[in-house]
Amino acid sequence: MSNMVNVYFYGKKYSVPGDLTIMTAMEYAGYSLKRGCGCRHGFCGACATIYRIKGKNELKTCLACQTQVQEGMYVASIPFFPTDKRTYDINEIKADQRVMMELYPEIYACIGCNACTKACTQSLNVMQYIAYAQRGELEKCAEESFDCVGCGCCSVRCPAGISHPMVGLLARRLTGKYIAPESKHLTERVAEINAGAYDELIEAIMQKPISELQELYNHRDIEK
Amino acid sequence: MFTPEMLASIKKVEATRAQRMSMEPRRMTAEEKSELLKAYHPDYREEGFKEIKIGPNKGQKAPVELTDLLHSNSRLLGENIDLSKIDYDVDVLVIGGGGAGCSAAIEAHEAGANVMVVTKLRIGDANTMMAEGGIQAADKPNDSPVQHYLDAFGGGHFAARPELLRRLVMEAPDAIQWLNKLGVMFDKYDDGTMVTTHGGGTSRKRMHACKDYSGAEIMRTVRDEVLNRKIPVVEFTSAVELIKDDKGQVAGAVLLNMETGDYLVARAKTVIIATGGAGRLHYQNFPTSNHYGATADGLVLGYRAGAPLLYQDTIQYHPTGVAYPSQIFGALVTEKVRSLGAMLVNKDGEAYAHPLETRDVSASAIIRECANGRGVDTPLGSGVWLDTPMIEILGGEGTIEKRIPAMLRMYLNYGIDMRKVPILVYPTLHYQNGGLEIGGEGYTKAIPNLLVAGEAVGGIHGRNRLMGNSLLDIIVFGRNAGKAAARRAAETELGTMNLDHIQAYAEELEAAGVKQEGVSPLLLPNYARHER
Repeated sequence: MSNMVNVYFYGKKYSVPGDLTIMTAMEYAGYSLKRGCGCRHGFCGACATIYRIKGKNELKTCLACQTQVQEGMYVASIPFFPTDKRTYDINEIKADQRVMMELYPEIYACIGCNACTKACTQSLNVMQYIAYAQRGELEKCAEESFDCVGCGCCSVRCPAGISHPMVGLLARRLTGKYIAPESKHLTERVAEINAGAYDELIEAIMQKPISELQELYNHRDIEK
Repeated sequence: MFTPEMLASIKKVEATRAQRMSMEPRRMTAEEKSELLKAYHPDYREEGFKEIKIGPNKGQKAPVELTDLLHSNSRLLGENIDLSKIDYDVDVLVIGGGGAGCSAAIEAHEAGANVMVVTKLRIGDANTMMAEGGIQAADKPNDSPVQHYLDAFGGGHFAARPELLRRLVMEAPDAIQWLNKLGVMFDKYDDGTMVTTHGGGTSRKRMHACKDYSGAEIMRTVRDEVLNRKIPVVEFTSAVELIKDDKGQVAGAVLLNMETGDYLVARAKTVIIATGGAGRLHYQNFPTSNHYGATADGLVLGYRAGAPLLYQDTIQYHPTGVAYPSQIFGALVTEKVRSLGAMLVNKDGEAYAHPLETRDVSASAIIRECANGRGVDTPLGSGVWLDTPMIEILGGEGTIEKRIPAMLRMYLNYGIDMRKVPILVYPTLHYQNGGLEIGGEGYTKAIPNLLVAGEAVGGIHGRNRLMGNSLLDIIVFGRNAGKAAARRAAETELGTMNLDHIQAYAEELEAAGVKQEGVSPLLLPNYARHER
């Protein structure tokens, strides 16, 4: 058994093994989680958490599933945060500067405090991607925000009320759809399939006896 | 961070690296693979399985934990649910808010149906979100859907249902196109050509990716589209039983508000089960790469209502789960790490197998190495090395940060820099190859108007699945189910609703003498520790 540490869930003290994550420590303490628990591997952003170490002043944000407990940790998970997502028809909007102004005008109220960046559980440069969005540099905004898991810790801390993950998401969808170059080989293959170019070939392989398919499979050439 | 034993073993890995990089490890013959699987794959461990005593698959085996759930009664048995009080009335009810459920909802909505999504956690809390490596589609000039079919059919031990596999490979390029047009940011070269790599068992480089956030990028895009279309999404609400009508058709579901404990009735002309996998049942005590809600609920719902399962006895163990450190034990280390060149290496620095064998073979080989003292001991078991520094040597400095940033971040959290040192891996419970049986159009064969999509389906992949074919199947079969359900709903007249199958199932269990304690579906795993 590893060393035990004292942690405080919603202000209540528990003694838990020091090698656990915040999430598994809560379960060790007896919590049956419903909110604040999703993929458990750092991809979904469900377990946004605020903590402070006893005796220290700084408030920190993290994902409960990716963060080890520490002695004197005061923990509050954020079960839900009212992020403000605007709705739009992806086929009707354009990848230009105006789109941000129309859908997320509050980004221009950013006061440059950088609290979003400090709060990011993925160590992204959040304020920078908001700056790119302000300038209409959508591709850069998309790239800079790509690893966002949408936990919302940035928005919790923002004095301007910006829903940063939603801004990044819009920039990425616009980039993927309108700015990234078309994949011609893909367009062509879809057209070939729709024209029936593979219908007979696929029928033929489906009809082959297993023994013949085994031969084909075991001796197929593999691209280097 | 590493133990002295690990550090000593790393020295051996480093010592053989140059020599290993000058050769490609031999691929196993069909006979060698077959022997290895029989000796070491968990599907061949008899104690991990149990016979199903009632229902359509009576007499067949399934993992012990799944069989126990199938042998359990409904939580509604003895409850008096008033089906005349209808809380939601829709054309299409989608159960599950992952990639398959969202794709289905979008297409049903596009077809003009009144569609609703119900999900026991949040929309997007799903295995889709966690898929890292990529999605297959034969869209390059040297490739074809036929080649894709051969790879998947052989990789699945020639057991896939041909009509399902046909749909998977033939509609793959269109699925990629659809995602791209929704705004998914695929990795591309400057001229628009997709960046594609190999996966285990592929004969062409057809793995499309979005760095190593492929599933997350797809999930957040389709989720955003569902929300943009204002499709109703009822979160933290679980389907706990299907409702049928007096014609034997599915007619909706009883829902449970996970927070208040209240039951709700959803009436629907067609129902799509898109509830995903079963990793959180921890078959044979394996850790899992799956999300918190992966508890096979859809399989239980469908089976109790009379829908048969297919290949419920074949499970995919992803070869490379995290073996160390313990905080992330069982988390997925994407196959893309091997696609980019990292070799699997044992304690002595030997590359004991080709790194891109199919997943079942690769996992079995790791288990073999560890079972025979050639693994590295860890606090929770043992593991073999995945020689990640090779990636930086092969692809140039910065390749790991650019191509697999999630992996780099996950390990750096615990002070391990995978660019400089190898990482320890061991198989993790990853995917249920089996599930509810469907026909080519997506319908279950036993219950009219009931469709299944995504990981809850059995038969698309056979007895093993290739990397990148699951992200593909959720899109292809999700879209198809949504379209089909909308069409069918337009011509469906519902009769009188009932829950008679619950009582009938209870009587069957009673007669077979196998009634379990507890109820099913499980909904969420029991991880809370209680001292008393």
